[in-house]
Amino acid sequence: MQAFEWEKPVLALEERIAELKQFVDGAEMDFSAEISHLQRKAAKLRKEIYENLTPFQRVTMARHPKRPTTLDYINLLFDEFTELHGDRTFRDDGAIVGGLALFEGLPVTVIGPQKGRDTKENIARNFGLPHPEGYRKSLRLMKQAEKFGRPIITLIDVVGAFPGIEAEERGQGMAIAQCIEEMSFLRTPILSIITGEGGSGGALALGVGDRVLMLENAWYSVISPEMCATILWRDSSRAAEAAELLRLTPTDLLKFGIIDDVITEPLGGAHRDHAFTGMQIRSFMRRYLATIMKIPVDRLVEERLARFRRIGKFSERSLADL
Amino acid sequence: MLNVFKGRPKYATVRPQEGSERKDFPDNLWTRCDSCGRMIFNKELEKNAFLCLDCGHHFRLTGRKRLAMLTEEKDFEALPPLLAVNPLAFPGYPEKIRQAQEQTGLDDAAIMGKTAVKGSPCILGIIDFSFIGGSMGSVVGEQLVRGFERALKERLPVVIFSGGGGGARMHEGIFSLMQMAKTAQAVGRHSRAGLLFISVLTHPTMGGVYASFASLGDVILAEPGALIGFAGPRIVQETTRQELPTGFQTAEYALAHGMIDAIVPRSKMVDYVGRLLLWHR
Repeated sequence: MQAFEWEKPVLALEERIAELKQFVDGAEMDFSAEISHLQRKAAKLRKEIYENLTPFQRVTMARHPKRPTTLDYINLLFDEFTELHGDRTFRDDGAIVGGLALFEGLPVTVIGPQKGRDTKENIARNFGLPHPEGYRKSLRLMKQAEKFGRPIITLIDVVGAFPGIEAEERGQGMAIAQCIEEMSFLRTPILSIITGEGGSGGALALGVGDRVLMLENAWYSVISPEMCATILWRDSSRAAEAAELLRLTPTDLLKFGIIDDVITEPLGGAHRDHAFTGMQIRSFMRRYLATIMKIPVDRLVEERLARFRRIGKFSERSLADL
Repeated sequence: MLNVFKGRPKYATVRPQEGSERKDFPDNLWTRCDSCGRMIFNKELEKNAFLCLDCGHHFRLTGRKRLAMLTEEKDFEALPPLLAVNPLAFPGYPEKIRQAQEQTGLDDAAIMGKTAVKGSPCILGIIDFSFIGGSMGSVVGEQLVRGFERALKERLPVVIFSGGGGGARMHEGIFSLMQMAKTAQAVGRHSRAGLLFISVLTHPTMGGVYASFASLGDVILAEPGALIGFAGPRIVQETTRQELPTGFQTAEYALAHGMIDAIVPRSKMVDYVGRLLLWHR
């Protein structure tokens, strides 16, 4: 498994414990005191390291190649899933998946951007970068959900919409705008969960929910740290500094009132234990879905609009006052 | 005849530097056209709605100049002013704001107010590129929303001239992103009440501005040659490593691909918008 530089001390300790255990198996000597000492030390170190991650360390966790993808989450969260394809206009965009799923017996519509794990998958998924037809498919499925009164779950993990010639020709900006606008007024409950990357308009196009949750090692901002660093210093390698400035972690976003809750990941990140991560998300989904499904739909839409209407920081003064 | 002057001019116009007000055209007597290279007497340029006398190139306009072209100043009732704060404590942002305020004399990038265009009352908004690239932070977002809300209350149409380079205002991070949702929703409420929104895209309308309210007009117009798109052309080229088609992301390109209703030269804009407003009264 790919390891990050900052977690190497823990991994080294864990390796030593494993070695010692193996050695003990074949020997007569008693190392149990030594082992439990090391285990305590490893646990402490792990807690120290993972609870004090820098924003950019979280960004790299969000991009970990073994982190669950949207289809993995769908598998972990739902009892059954039937994928529905296509935008009915141009083609099926593999970078966004969606369809019908059963959540603890409840039919829902689930939609999310899909990254690939290897080159072949990444080509089919366009590296998880959606075209306008992906957003149009998403909107089609959302309207379908509204028609049948199904709740919508969006699972968001996308660096941004694809910046390509054809994507521009087919109206990338327009597709995103339409998604945002129509999603805002949908007469059905929407729960949005940022599972990994929440990059710019391409993420917001799926993120206009009644409740917005975020995994512990996910990020959400107007721009990626790399692009921000390029704009500020013409140097994308200073992304770690930019990540600090952008305040893109769940802790900051919770404080800002942008998200409603943070879903705890297993120590060391979601990629370390897919099943546990799935269980965590399930319990949050259960709770939040129950809440928003109880709200009468007229009020639900009004509250959704009010939620975004409030966002923004400014002062009610003019230059002349200064 | 071989047009030797086609393309970008070899020599840039020298602009007055520090200390003096930076404008979209230099403060001297003559301006060279960015498109055809012709030297134009500034007074003539102003008289000609800042259009090149030869090739019709649309020079960038400040918000105030555009306002003056669309309506009488005495008929313009501006919305209460708002000022930007620094929600992320982003280093250098307050200085950037102050500098833009000094250069433009504006509070922020949006001019919003109630007025009449060719006798038709409306809420008019202009986003000024010269204020931090016309980017949408909390102030621009809030002003736009208040404009649409006022229009909804008084059952008025809305006309917005967008011109935002990068779209979002990076220094406000997530708050800037959320203005996309906020403004799109304001358009949605206004639209669902059966009211008219004319979105005019001026050079350049990109990113978060294009991917929110600016795309949601009942009628979408553009000035000739305006850059319109989601991702900037440089990003597209760097990502795809493909040669960009001629005229990529221009208004003409957007029209050909079905993304806008019409291209309207600046000289005809007031009449055009005025007529649309009249037909919806």
